[in-house]
Amino acid sequence: MARRDRLALALLALLLVLPLILGALGEGFMLGVATRILAFAIAALALDLVLGYGAMVSFGHAAYLGIGAYVTAILARTGVTEIMVQMLAAMAGAALFAAVTGAIGMRTRGIYFIMITLAFSQMAFFFFVSFSALGGDDGTQLAAGSSLLGTRALASTTGLYLFTVTLLAVLYVLARRLTDSRFGRMLMGTRENMVRMRAIGVSPFPFRLTAYVISAAVTSLAGVIMANQAGFVSPALMNWHRSGELIVFVVLGGPGTLVGPIIGAIAAMSFEEGLAALTQHWRLGFGLVLIAAALRPKGWWR
Amino acid sequence: MLNLFALQLLNGVQYGLLLFLIAAGLTLILGIMDVVNLGHGVLYMLGAFLMVSATAATGNFWLGLLLVLPATLLIGLVLERLLFRPLYARSHLDQVLATFGLVLAVTEVCRMIWGNSPLSVAMPTALSGSVPLIAGVQFPVYRLVIIGTGLAVALGLYLVIGHTRIGMRLRAGATHRGILSALGVDVGRLFALVFAFGAMLAGFAGAIVAPLLSVDTGMGEAVLITTFVVVVIGGIGSVRGAFVAALLVGSVDTLGRSFGPLMLAKIMDPATAAQAGRTLAPMLVYLLMAAILAVRPAGLFGRPA
Repeated sequence: MARRDRLALALLALLLVLPLILGALGEGFMLGVATRILAFAIAALALDLVLGYGAMVSFGHAAYLGIGAYVTAILARTGVTEIMVQMLAAMAGAALFAAVTGAIGMRTRGIYFIMITLAFSQMAFFFFVSFSALGGDDGTQLAAGSSLLGTRALASTTGLYLFTVTLLAVLYVLARRLTDSRFGRMLMGTRENMVRMRAIGVSPFPFRLTAYVISAAVTSLAGVIMANQAGFVSPALMNWHRSGELIVFVVLGGPGTLVGPIIGAIAAMSFEEGLAALTQHWRLGFGLVLIAAALRPKGWWR
Repeated sequence: MLNLFALQLLNGVQYGLLLFLIAAGLTLILGIMDVVNLGHGVLYMLGAFLMVSATAATGNFWLGLLLVLPATLLIGLVLERLLFRPLYARSHLDQVLATFGLVLAVTEVCRMIWGNSPLSVAMPTALSGSVPLIAGVQFPVYRLVIIGTGLAVALGLYLVIGHTRIGMRLRAGATHRGILSALGVDVGRLFALVFAFGAMLAGFAGAIVAPLLSVDTGMGEAVLITTFVVVVIGGIGSVRGAFVAALLVGSVDTLGRSFGPLMLAKIMDPATAAQAGRTLAPMLVYLLMAAILAVRPAGLFGRPA
């Protein structure tokens, strides 16, 4: 087992006993915050598939968070509360949006790709902002929390938390298998040298687009969790700041490692939550930390 | 109906020229220095906030404007020196990280200084009337002045970039940085100049829009994304492209919002049309961008990668 997988296993073990630790400390209410943070970790893991392994800097992944959350809200309203169904529908919706916008975006390179993904996610953002049937700017209450295989297992904070940890673990294993597969090596090939890939007779486009669609679908799962955790869905979820934050998590944790972005998300979100508890001006501190991280001397970490 | 169309088209052109003032600097920074600058909208916001304070301090719109221009130029120079110069050699990813941090930090500082509630700047009395245009349509003088200013800046940029020595160096710097440097041109100073000038244009746009819009900490972000759309449609690095794209985006956005629901009402019932119009109108410019990029991935005037 590789070092990074051992690290992931240790992290998972820690996450599994976290409810006990928080309970013993009398900080049980923090479990909701932890669930939210782990949902972001899922999104960061998903973003790493394209950012770390495919060198595609997507600045629009917040859209997929939002699509996952809104699909959950819409289904809950129509009486479909089974989370397995909601997750499949969320993935389908996100995959569809990603397939169309990704195919257009993939015709471009570099800065263009960053901006196009940003613009497309803004398009989704404005769609939901002006969609008054779903509450528009104000968002909408989740009509009913999700059920798990017909049970109310997700109704409790602990239940939802444990489900999220399990989901994160399953997705990590799947993502690791994907990146270790022939597909993953092709994707990394396009990351290293697109021209060389073409020269050996491989068209990069299908690999990159497939990775992008998979990444979007997985990100939407984080949205399903967030909708359940907050009991509320609003366009704020797909604000471009969120996309920026997701990139921050991946870059701080180490792109192309899968476990790094998870740790990056947990660390940065905890820092954010902690800072926010201290001062209402936490964004100033967070922003300065980001600038320092970006300007760090090369090879300082990672 | 035709009058309303003319009026809205003028509003669209005015919005477009405002976008151009911001996009011109952004596209130069992107095209020549190859830096993703998410912080450009912040400079526009700073221009507006400084205008609020400068007009309050001097009691005069024009004196305020006269203070804001050098102030934003100076801010541009300082930012370039402290933050952007170390970023030139970094990856786009590091640039995204740093400028995203800049957005968060500066926005928060503005919130600490100017607070959360929207502020406003009084319109100069000389420009607060409106003039009759064709067939009895009244149009605000102030908006006409913005149109004139935008056109003047566009013409000035066209002349400077196309017909002066510094413009020649700019164009050369975009593609052959190393050779230009070897020829004895101080590329570092050239970059600093372009950056500061772009910052000043964005600040200028923020300052002149302050009497029209409410000034708050959200204004930079809304404009930043639209400006990106303009730059991408026009082709990164092309000021001419930014000009055409800004007018296109400004007109499509304004006309879409005012006439979209009316057009839809012809094919569906009014209530549905009103809802669909409201939902679709803000998405129009992004659909426009998608359509143009599907045909020309490098934008209208961009060099293919």
